[in-house]
Amino acid sequence: MEHIVIIGNGISGITAARHIRKLSDKKITVISAESEYFFSRTALMYVYMGHMTFSHTQPYENWFWTKNNITLKKAYVQAVDTDNKTLHFSDDSPLRYDKLIIASGSKPNKFGWPGEHLKGVQGLYSKPDLELLEINAPNNKICKRAVIVGGGLIGIELAEMLSSRQIPVTFLVRESSFWNNVLPENDSQLVTEHIKNHHIDLRLSSNLKEIKSDDHGKVKSIVIEETGEEIPCNFVGLTAGVSPNINFLKSSKINTNKGVVVNRFLETNIEDVYAIGDCAEQLEPIGNRRSIEAVWYTGRMMGEVIAQTICIQKMPYQPSHWFNSAKFFDIEYQTYGWVNNEKNKPECESHFHWKDKDHLKCITIAYNKNTNAFLGINAFGIRLRHETFETWLNEGRDVDYVINHLEEANFDPEFSKTYHPKIQNAYNRQLQHEL
Amino acid sequence: MSTEKQISMSLAKPESTGLSLTQKVALGLGLAGLFILMLAGFNTYFPNKGLFLTLSLVCIATGTIIFSNALYLNKSKGIKNDGVWFKSISSRGTLGWITGVFLTGFYIILYFYPEYLGLGISGNSNSGLIALFDPLSKLLNGNPASQWFVYGTLYTLAILIFGYKFILKYRHNRYQQLRTISVMFFQLGFAFLIPEFMSRLNQSTEYNLPYYDLKSMWPLNYYLFDSWSVNGLLSSGNLGLAMLIFGILSIFVISPILTYKYGKRWYCSWVCGCGGLAETVGDPFRQLSSKKQSAWKIERWLIHTVLVFSVIMTIAVIYSYLDKNPSNYWLSSKAFLMGSGLLLTLLFSVVILFKRHELGKDARYGAIDYFIIILSLFILYVTGTSEQIFLIKPSSLRSAYGFYIGSIFSGVIGTGFYPILGNRVWCRFGCPMAAVLGFQQRLFSKFRITTNGGQCISCGNCSTYCEMGIDVRAYAQKGENIVRSSCVGCGICSAVCPRGVLKLENSSMKGRINANEILLGNDVNLIDLLTKK
Repeated sequence: MEHIVIIGNGISGITAARHIRKLSDKKITVISAESEYFFSRTALMYVYMGHMTFSHTQPYENWFWTKNNITLKKAYVQAVDTDNKTLHFSDDSPLRYDKLIIASGSKPNKFGWPGEHLKGVQGLYSKPDLELLEINAPNNKICKRAVIVGGGLIGIELAEMLSSRQIPVTFLVRESSFWNNVLPENDSQLVTEHIKNHHIDLRLSSNLKEIKSDDHGKVKSIVIEETGEEIPCNFVGLTAGVSPNINFLKSSKINTNKGVVVNRFLETNIEDVYAIGDCAEQLEPIGNRRSIEAVWYTGRMMGEVIAQTICIQKMPYQPSHWFNSAKFFDIEYQTYGWVNNEKNKPECESHFHWKDKDHLKCITIAYNKNTNAFLGINAFGIRLRHETFETWLNEGRDVDYVINHLEEANFDPEFSKTYHPKIQNAYNRQLQHEL
Repeated sequence: MSTEKQISMSLAKPESTGLSLTQKVALGLGLAGLFILMLAGFNTYFPNKGLFLTLSLVCIATGTIIFSNALYLNKSKGIKNDGVWFKSISSRGTLGWITGVFLTGFYIILYFYPEYLGLGISGNSNSGLIALFDPLSKLLNGNPASQWFVYGTLYTLAILIFGYKFILKYRHNRYQQLRTISVMFFQLGFAFLIPEFMSRLNQSTEYNLPYYDLKSMWPLNYYLFDSWSVNGLLSSGNLGLAMLIFGILSIFVISPILTYKYGKRWYCSWVCGCGGLAETVGDPFRQLSSKKQSAWKIERWLIHTVLVFSVIMTIAVIYSYLDKNPSNYWLSSKAFLMGSGLLLTLLFSVVILFKRHELGKDARYGAIDYFIIILSLFILYVTGTSEQIFLIKPSSLRSAYGFYIGSIFSGVIGTGFYPILGNRVWCRFGCPMAAVLGFQQRLFSKFRITTNGGQCISCGNCSTYCEMGIDVRAYAQKGENIVRSSCVGCGICSAVCPRGVLKLENSSMKGRINANEILLGNDVNLIDLLTKK
């Protein structure tokens, strides 16, 4: 029986395993050094905040794996010998595979800041990171102030987590407004304002110069590059993005760049070795997508596709329209299609923006100003229906159509206030203004 | 290392701020109100009962209101679940267990030893706690209080003040606010005030109305067809008759129509008193329900057993009632049995004929239910007399049901165990009404919880906060709609979802149950390929 070995039990690896099991009775082994069972990484924050216990983050009960004949192995892969199709572990006998799927995920970026290895300095990505956070910042007696470096999605989640335990947070963000390297200015402003309303000491256009140590090798303070200001703190969260977790492949013959290089079929340069999820780097980016997509959804999709390739027929990874979501404190964010920020948007991309007077809801719709074609939407504080936007994007609807049919796409709970009339009015006023 | 263990053993509590001064004062006020009740319970003499009762209830109410204001109004609108699993009361900690033991004890005394609450036995006047409520009872219905009046008053008060707290907690979500206002209204009006006024009518000789909460339907209201209830209603003129007809209509007409249009939530989380208490007082305990598959199995067996028991018990009670009074009614006891059997057979055949593929494995449960009931009807037909059914007295069957299901299950376990098993133990494992409505919701209703394409991140907030123990995430992460008979449509899964994935909807029956191989957002051709297969 063919033996499929999957390195990594995150959403990519587990989706692959589940779908391979659905489609075949091949032997499946999933290896992870991080945790015994699959858990939802995106839910780690809720464990720290006391919304859930760790066991709630596990989508399948423990019996599920035996019942579906998926072998779980808790071990750290030290080397991959593709010539002999063998994996080597730090403290276990080697394992033979017939097909190997690498789904080893990401690790937090560190940029060689002075003091980045001090006690009390950490990233937030894995289960061990969460456990470390519980030691470094259990409450505001032990952690009187926390500094977060890096204004991305993990940074703002960490800020929310720490403030749920009333720990004062200083948030260093390189950009001039929160996440405006991705979001258009107006959207970014809304989130920036919301962060400040949650009493976060937000420092924009600020970089980390160094982390200073006390006499016991523990963080004492940080220094801001631009102003030279020194901020005393007991904890530093490094959340300046993630990169593929592939150090264990360096000695192998598998071709790597930033990530494991794969073609559209998620195949590496070595036969019978595939890579999916955060650690995979597309040889050629697909459409507007980045060559490395460190997103929950794309990891899952690659897992779905690779199972087809391994069990049925060779399938390219060909995702449909881009979508994503996040939550910034109390504001939910959903996006469908492409809405570029000012710096990245092509000349023909125009934006319509509407903001509610409470400054907790807004939308930005991107369209082609020459053809009026709808390109994408960012929604903050308003839930939208994925299926409707997938359909509209497939049908190539124009921006007028989308604005006039926004009600159909609403996904807010029943009896919620509706915003589409206000949005339509604002849109019509803007049109008249332009005429 | 287990994170959970570390937290619960940590001396430095994550919730380091504790209670604010306002909250402490409010807590003190509420406890003072309870203290008056307690003193009354220990037979302390109060010169002016009306004054002290008012004082006590006002203290409890204002204490809770001030506490809730201090808890939520200074925070931004949004999900307020910080620290739920760190707090002793809401995570089966010491406080949780103490509360559970206290509540259970209260229910045992209430149901089985009301004399300890001060109920006047054999013509004696009330004393203690129950006597304290005499002035209010006399004001409303003209009679001294009973243990049920005390319980009803406190129950209603609890729904009102904790309903207020719930509305503040979810003040960003109008669905939550509206349904809470609804349960508060139905509890105060239908379950509390109207029955009290009805019993005032009984002062006239023309009326002999039994206690009747109009919104409480059979089989939840299992005593509707007891002889005292039927006799009472039938001897109360047109009003009594109208109420009996309304009771029958609400089971066979009103409830099926509403459940078809809105799902069982119209009842369970908008109207029902048990649901009302669970959603308000019980809200801090919703995360304690078990999501294990094994719990789901127990749930299905238990709730079907109770349903079958209640159907057989009711039919037997009506049968013996008709048998005893053969000349009073046009319906003979044997004809009634035949009619019930035919109706059930018709229902069962229709379901199996049209819905068997939707029912799948659950068809087995339905079939077993059906055959047990039919078998019982047959035995009843052959051996039953007005004095003896199933070799026992009909009244013993009825009192066994009242004792084990009505008191022990719905009261002592259903509410007493809130802090241990979650706030919907009765609704999930025991309520026969929930079973009937759930059956219809699963097979013939426009209601579902829609999953938003591929947006689920499997975080598990929905499953954690589902009071009915449904593993909502298991569906959401597959892009499947949630169509479950147990879902009471409280809408909390949708509220706590951080990514806007879940929406309660009433829409067309077609495509309501959608099993997906691959989620929306992936290769369109691949999805097509698999759908065609």
